[in-house]
Amino acid sequence: MNTNTSPKKISAVNDFVVKFANVNGSGSASANEMFAKSILRMGVPVSPRNIFPSNIQGLPTWYEVRVTEKGYLGRRGGVDMMVAMNPQTWDKDIAEIAPGGYLLYDSTKALPASKFRDDINVIGVPLTEICNDTYSDPRERQLFKNIIYVGVLSALLGMDAEAIAELIGEQYKSKEKLLKHNVHALQLGRDYAMAKLTCPLPIRVEKRDNIGDMILVEGNAAAALGMVYGGATVCAWYPITPSSSVAEAFINYCQKLRLDTTNKSKYAIVQAEDEIASIGIVTGAGWNGARAFTATSGPGVSLMTEFIGLAYFAEIPVTIINVQRGGPSTGMPTRTQQADLISSAYAGHGDTKHVLLFPEDPNECFEFGAACLDLADRLQTPVFLMTDLDIGMNQRLCKPFKWDDAREYDRGKVMTYELLESGKEFGRYLDVDGDGVPFRTYPGTHPTKGGYFTRGTTKDAYARYSEAGPDYLYNVQRLLKKFNTAKKLVPQPIERKATQKTRLGALYFGSTSPAMNEAYDALEEQGTHVDLMRLRAFPFPDSVQAFVNAHDTVFVVEQNRDAQMRSMLVNELGINPAKLVPVLNYDGTPITARFIIKEVAERAAGLNVVPLRKGKEAV
Amino acid sequence: MTYLTKPTLHHPTLVKNKAGYTRRDYEGKVSTLCAGCGHDSISAAFIQACWELDIQPHRVAKLSGIGCSSKTPDYFLGNSHGFNTVHGRMPSVLTGANLANRELIYLGVSGDGDSASIGIGQFAHVMRRGVNMTYIVENNGVYGLTKGQFSATADQGSKSKKGVANTDSPVDMVALALQLGATYVGRSFSGDKRQLVPLIKGALAHQGAAFLDVVSPCVAFNNHAGSTKSYDYVREHNEAVSRIDFITTRSEITVDYPEGEVVEVAQHDGSTLRLRKLHPEYDPTNRISAMNYIQEHHAKGEVVTGLLYVDPQPEDLHTHLNTAEMPFNRMGKKELCPGSAMLERINASLR
Repeated sequence: MNTNTSPKKISAVNDFVVKFANVNGSGSASANEMFAKSILRMGVPVSPRNIFPSNIQGLPTWYEVRVTEKGYLGRRGGVDMMVAMNPQTWDKDIAEIAPGGYLLYDSTKALPASKFRDDINVIGVPLTEICNDTYSDPRERQLFKNIIYVGVLSALLGMDAEAIAELIGEQYKSKEKLLKHNVHALQLGRDYAMAKLTCPLPIRVEKRDNIGDMILVEGNAAAALGMVYGGATVCAWYPITPSSSVAEAFINYCQKLRLDTTNKSKYAIVQAEDEIASIGIVTGAGWNGARAFTATSGPGVSLMTEFIGLAYFAEIPVTIINVQRGGPSTGMPTRTQQADLISSAYAGHGDTKHVLLFPEDPNECFEFGAACLDLADRLQTPVFLMTDLDIGMNQRLCKPFKWDDAREYDRGKVMTYELLESGKEFGRYLDVDGDGVPFRTYPGTHPTKGGYFTRGTTKDAYARYSEAGPDYLYNVQRLLKKFNTAKKLVPQPIERKATQKTRLGALYFGSTSPAMNEAYDALEEQGTHVDLMRLRAFPFPDSVQAFVNAHDTVFVVEQNRDAQMRSMLVNELGINPAKLVPVLNYDGTPITARFIIKEVAERAAGLNVVPLRKGKEAV
Repeated sequence: MTYLTKPTLHHPTLVKNKAGYTRRDYEGKVSTLCAGCGHDSISAAFIQACWELDIQPHRVAKLSGIGCSSKTPDYFLGNSHGFNTVHGRMPSVLTGANLANRELIYLGVSGDGDSASIGIGQFAHVMRRGVNMTYIVENNGVYGLTKGQFSATADQGSKSKKGVANTDSPVDMVALALQLGATYVGRSFSGDKRQLVPLIKGALAHQGAAFLDVVSPCVAFNNHAGSTKSYDYVREHNEAVSRIDFITTRSEITVDYPEGEVVEVAQHDGSTLRLRKLHPEYDPTNRISAMNYIQEHHAKGEVVTGLLYVDPQPEDLHTHLNTAEMPFNRMGKKELCPGSAMLERINASLR
């Protein structure tokens, strides 16, 4: 162990990264979550992330908590404190600690000096010994070991014991015995640390008031809640990581929020036999006038593609939540990517294009989720909520959910019995007001009017069978017009100007948001000024073209190998590809500000853009 | 072809049913299928069954997959909504439609290629779930639209028009439906309207998953000697276990039955199925014995027809899911949105 020279010590208040290396299935997740949440209770923002395997029990799993007073919620990269609880990954975990960082480990069994590093600070606590002395049941020994290390950490990092006790109290509200045991285990850890270790360390948490009314929630749960508030009644799904928890959360919320006075369900959830059936059920429900959605990931979208194409041409409202991951089926199901952009945007056969929404966090998962249901009805077309594992399966600090009680559901152009009876002309595919969107009827509306036969493209404006060229052209050109209409209805991009006039711009979207915001601050600090535009939907509103036109070089920051968003920008807006510089992170881990800063700064230098020093005039 | 519309002028003396419709009101566009196609007889049987049951035509939703059979919903119930969906995937679309509005009558029209080959998975699962529907397979043993390839229901040894014998074992849709939990299962023949119409009526009234396998010869590609799905073959080998009459709660419709043992099966909704058993030992309310009977007779080369199984107290998907009585597609913000006060409580739980 480090006995001779003492290594330097990283010193930081409310700005460091703690990483837990655990074994999957050992009960560490709830203890780790409790650690993160108790920092939040001290008024300091945190950004926790699961880095987990495709496995139920036995494989390594990590939990990373970024403590960030400034509220930078992207992954930072680097580790200041490693809680190494998994012998399988010991060497790799030790190597990851930043010089001057800290290692907390179970010192019950002595380890050779070669297993450590000289430039880190090693803190051994005999966790197993403490557990074995206190508990006789093997399961308890394992579970409480997690709570004990949280207790140790809380003392080492100067955390508020009350905040943790309060959390435990909430978690085990009605389970007296568990509550007592957990509080005891926490105290064991704290007492040991206080007695035997130097507390607090130079890295520590101090109380702040930087949380306000923000909430900590997973994107998948938020999207599910958006479906509840947006009025979805039918959910059909097939389990696939990382989207399964959307349907599961929808079930949980509906069981509480969607029962009628006779305790009957105002929702139906079908776990289908595959993704084809899921989207088929959603299509059938949409055709028949209910709001319906499915949640899936890339491989699921591939299977759904034939239906998505049909729904596009037959003009049926469909909402698809695509929680993106690494592809393909045996890809990286537990890792994050934004790599389904093209396959979702153009899913189908023949000429198809779909509306995509890109939420940046759980708050937008909720808001855009509900918006998807409105847009699908308004436009009578499939609409995708494009989230990813990073947003979907991690708890993210975000603005609280908001709902305006005056808001009405936009059911779009639906011809009712009364309208039909009044003699209003009905042509299922007739563009009556120039926006490309026709009226539809729900089946069973009227005995003699409004009935029609639904097919793909072999039809005229009145849904009569036709293979005639002009009829085909009428319909597919109208679909293009509708796609243009969508540009004004989707969430518009958000711009963030640099503090100085600049020729550099950056486009980004989705889960890249927190890393990009942090990179912006750092780049500004360095004197590299970049105007930002956050894309929130496809098709691209006109302001996107204007933003590109206003800059010489535009970085397109995304999390896939092939610069898919860049391709779509070139394809849809006819932009000169040389103008769009890809910044790509696609190793399965969430993009970091450090990565963006490095890429942008290097490329900006290569582009002969003289970084503008503070206080100097633009060249 | 389907631009052709039938004249809408009806003869004033046409008989109206209790819902106020003449038989012509149940018709659709002119069929574009081959002259003599069994499928057109089935369409005619639908028209007859719906008219006799006094169903309001627009309260039926017709869903189909892809193929000759799946085109037929355009040729009957012209004022109803229809949906020509995706090959082999009609069952899922029907399931979703049914969930959206439980008050309509759902008719799924499919073929042997659509249901036994590409769609066998969805066929299986829609039966398992007990979706309230009438699912009919117009079974001719071949792919008609792509000109005569064998389908998965073609019998082993059955010959194609070109004289090639089929070597694969056939899928028996009736056996599958029974095994998977369908609660009304029958088989019939497009050339036997007297048997088919009451079977369809019983299926339409059944409040659960009703399945009918209707052998429907393809005059263009599978009506030759050596085929086991030809008019001649089915007529010779038709082994009817029962003749049924379907009696609604409101009126009795008489069918001219030959003598035999008559059993009445009371339905959950108050209607009655009257069965004349042609085989005294046959028990149509016993799923296991029905399965045995069908397998035994299939081995002898016979096509067992009639109402093969019925559960008089069926449950459907809505029952399983405990869904509200009000159709989902009529629910709005009032019924569905929990409101901002509840959202504030949810926010509070996430801090």
